[in-house]
Amino acid sequence: MTTSQRQPELEAPIFEKSGSGRAGYHPGEGIEPPLDVSLLRDDLDGFPELSEPEVLRHYTRLSSLNFSAVTHFYPLGSCTMKYNPIVNERAAALPGFSGIHPYAPVETVQGALDLVCELERWLAEISGLDAVSLQPAAGAQGELTGIKIIRRWHLARGNARSKILIPESAHGTNPASAALSGYDAVVIPTDERGLMSADSVKALLDDEVAALMVTNPSTLGLFEVEIEEIAKAVHDVGALVYMDGANMNALMGKAKPGDMGADVLQFNLHKTFSTPHGGGGPGAGPVAVRADLEKYLPGPRVAEKDGALYWDADRPDSIGKVRSFYGNFGILVRAYTYMLACGGDGLTEITEKAVLAANYIRARLIDRYHLPYDTPSLHEVVLTDKVQNAHGIKTLDVAKRLLDYGFHAPTIYFPLVVSGAIMIEPTESESVETLDAFVDAMLRIADEAENDPQRLREAPETTPLARLDETRAARHPVLTWKKAKD
Amino acid sequence: MRYVPHSDSDVQRMLDVTGTASVADLFASIPKALREKGALALPDGLGEQEVLASLESLAHRNRVLGTFQGAGSYNHFVPSVVQQVLSRSELATAYTPYQPEVSQGTLQICFEFQTYISIMTGLDVANASMYDGASALAEAVLMSLRIGRKRSRILISEGVHPEYVGVVETYLDGFGRGAVERIPLGTDGRTDMAALEEMIDDDVACVCIGYPNFFGVIEDLGRASAIAAKHKALTISATSEMLALALLKSPGECGVDIAVAEGQSLGLAMSYGGPGVGLFATKRSHVRQMPGRLVGETVDDEGRRGYVLTLSTREQHIRREKATSNICTNQGLAAVAATVFLGLAGRQGLRGLAVLNASRAAEVAARIESEAGLRRVYSAPVFNEFVIEAPGGDWFADVVAHGVVPGVRLGPMFPDRPDMAGHLLVTVTECNTPDQVDTLVRSLAARRAA
Amino acid sequence: MEIPSNLRYTKEHEWVRVDDGGTVTIGITDYAQKQLGDIVFVELPEVGDTLISKDEPFAFVESVKAVSDIFAPVTGTVKEVNDELPNSPEAMNEEPYGDGWLVIMELVHKHELDELLSAVDYEAYVNELA
Repeated sequence: MTTSQRQPELEAPIFEKSGSGRAGYHPGEGIEPPLDVSLLRDDLDGFPELSEPEVLRHYTRLSSLNFSAVTHFYPLGSCTMKYNPIVNERAAALPGFSGIHPYAPVETVQGALDLVCELERWLAEISGLDAVSLQPAAGAQGELTGIKIIRRWHLARGNARSKILIPESAHGTNPASAALSGYDAVVIPTDERGLMSADSVKALLDDEVAALMVTNPSTLGLFEVEIEEIAKAVHDVGALVYMDGANMNALMGKAKPGDMGADVLQFNLHKTFSTPHGGGGPGAGPVAVRADLEKYLPGPRVAEKDGALYWDADRPDSIGKVRSFYGNFGILVRAYTYMLACGGDGLTEITEKAVLAANYIRARLIDRYHLPYDTPSLHEVVLTDKVQNAHGIKTLDVAKRLLDYGFHAPTIYFPLVVSGAIMIEPTESESVETLDAFVDAMLRIADEAENDPQRLREAPETTPLARLDETRAARHPVLTWKKAKD
Repeated sequence: MRYVPHSDSDVQRMLDVTGTASVADLFASIPKALREKGALALPDGLGEQEVLASLESLAHRNRVLGTFQGAGSYNHFVPSVVQQVLSRSELATAYTPYQPEVSQGTLQICFEFQTYISIMTGLDVANASMYDGASALAEAVLMSLRIGRKRSRILISEGVHPEYVGVVETYLDGFGRGAVERIPLGTDGRTDMAALEEMIDDDVACVCIGYPNFFGVIEDLGRASAIAAKHKALTISATSEMLALALLKSPGECGVDIAVAEGQSLGLAMSYGGPGVGLFATKRSHVRQMPGRLVGETVDDEGRRGYVLTLSTREQHIRREKATSNICTNQGLAAVAATVFLGLAGRQGLRGLAVLNASRAAEVAARIESEAGLRRVYSAPVFNEFVIEAPGGDWFADVVAHGVVPGVRLGPMFPDRPDMAGHLLVTVTECNTPDQVDTLVRSLAARRAA
Repeated sequence: MEIPSNLRYTKEHEWVRVDDGGTVTIGITDYAQKQLGDIVFVELPEVGDTLISKDEPFAFVESVKAVSDIFAPVTGTVKEVNDELPNSPEAMNEEPYGDGWLVIMELVHKHELDELLSAVDYEAYVNELA
């Protein structure tokens, strides 16, 4: 494949476009600093000097180099790339939300505290648990919060314990969060159904196990059918059940984690509740707990006195703060807006359609792609490259070729329990026509794997850049822009 | 539901292909008893107009007042171009750039961001963001414990933001090693270096200093890092008002090993405290111990310059329980806001804005002294925040009733410090109007006259 | 798949060369480097008197997508490390038995050498894995 279809260079870094003596935003012209020069740095050598229109052009052009959920079908498994309603942005930008200081006197921001309370109530209902903290800034921080709550609960009983059981298929943040709180991660194997069996969990349970961390449905998109028996066994040894709620899009209105035996759960608002992914955040990872764990939640918490809301910091059993102020408030506004728009009926419909879409894709692809587990899928389906391996084609090649067909690739090589995993989560937001176009592309790629494998190995052809040399980036890291030496 | 595009015939077609009789059957793998209890006791959904009306009604119950509050969240002007770029869906609705060929927008912006933060902190490498300044400090402390493998003492100045210290303590709980001790401040508001010299030994993993500190004071970072270096302890600076680093000597220049900061001042609205953007920078030699995502420059198969996530083996998705952190999602779009802001302001504008803030704060402090007879409580130089002893009684509520919040009352934040009961932290930015300043100064002067 | 006959091997894919004077040189095998992919970083132990036990992880290797511990094939102390390697980790891919060597250890228990696999046995083991 020739290089002729691609431009020689994309948009240079802003530092290379710098003029001299320009600024797009310069309110402080001509003033001298009131501080002794010994306290001051030299000027910001390396910062660019550009006018306002040049800056706007640069970043607008850069944005056009991205695939995004708005511009492309983006079936990243486990990430829930659903539609991010624009009204959420409008709500978050209201001056009454964006323009208030976190230490504003509470009587002047009752609307904000009310929103916090309402959102906590909605999440409690969806989780089937009793109390919610909106403070954690992302799912991983929610997990850390949840594990620390569990640890406190155990300490109150005399022994923090030392182990946390985590399924093989779990997201990497799970064992990382456990380790950060001083626990050893003990791996529970996945069985031939792709599930956790109660027997395998029981074999590992003892009185040093503090908790089981479970994702349900699992990262394979499969409902852990033995969850209630497993939860009971965990509770019987005096341990707690932590549920990773990343996959809540499969459960709303169908089953509640609290009813399954979960004691602690974290949500990912940037997944199930439509706040935008932003290229990697900001998100929010609220934590829901059973009533007897409420006292350990991070503080302060909204409380009521004489008909007015205030922040109650008098929480002697709290694990403390995980983030400054109250959490990613702007993200909370967006999620709350989404919930009002959907309602209980809408959220249930969303779950139904998300699961339907994933099953539709599964049904149309399993003739050509290997399905590792026969177990019914919920909102995401995991396939592998086993069939394509016969032609020397790997998951990576399939993913890169999909980009040429105008689709962002699914999640690849996760979970690790499956070799060459391709995890497809369409969400409820995509029309049947889009799903069909994706399936058709995957079928054509399966054909290409047989008839023209070299083309897949050289893919992508049409994207702004060809495959990038990640080895070079890791061996000789260049992490900031430097002026080229003359 | 309007966010779901499937018509009844679409649904039927999909069911036919999956060979399922009904949508309910798709959930057969969930035990019946659970499904029977699964219904949500929540109100029905609303149309867009009603949704917006509902949110507007909540927003209207919040008064947007003129404010002299800072203390970790700063009222700065956000230029329109920043908001415009954030509204580009290609940036807002992309995911973490795991397929770099189609994510060069996000990746290059991260690379530019890392570059800006590296220059402002004066350190070799910066990551692509953390949640906020507080958790960035916690991660820096954990990093110092990893580097100083057998060390366990953590010295944190009394001048570090109390919320940041709270988050550090939460992160340390259960980590297995690391106990926080506080370094007192001197009467001028800076960390007492003699006390630090007295306290420090070879068991100290890190020394943490605010820069400027919580009370607005510019600390002698160079002295702190020299003391720490004698014992091979790491020095960590924590900055809440990032604008200060456009003007003050950089932490790197002062010998700091890790600089953390809250970047909200750079193009993000206060938004009741979040989202912000945590900043984290360190020396080249520590790069493999650094938490968070890193973007690196490379080339594609055809020799074109491009950007990729790199050094990923530090991170949770590969290293799992041995990862340098559990962080996955960070503050991507917030970092975009900061990058655009820094590009707009640029070399001249950013320094100019910092100078404007410092000089306005100096003017207000001078007026408060001359017209109300109140000197700053701490004599050391400040950037744009300072502490005064404010009148008691209903003075504060009175000023708020006039539409201006005069500052952050420190008494309730430091209940164990009766000497701080009347202290007020006043922050002045380019957003404070002459009317607001007059209201503040005159209300103080009036109380003095009374 | 290169498996030099004059070396000994472990099931963790390290090779061991017995040098004169009671030391052994250690590296990773061709099979290992192929499995890892492009190696981007290696962390070697420090030279010193700390005793490292057989099977203890004493170094690690990073490729772009994975990290792998390297386990001591014998008990001993580290006499020398390949100082060039951190700057050019690709030597482990290109010359795993030559410039890609990792450390030289002073052997403590000679009998441990007998517990290592011969080239023939290692080849059989690797073929079984495929």
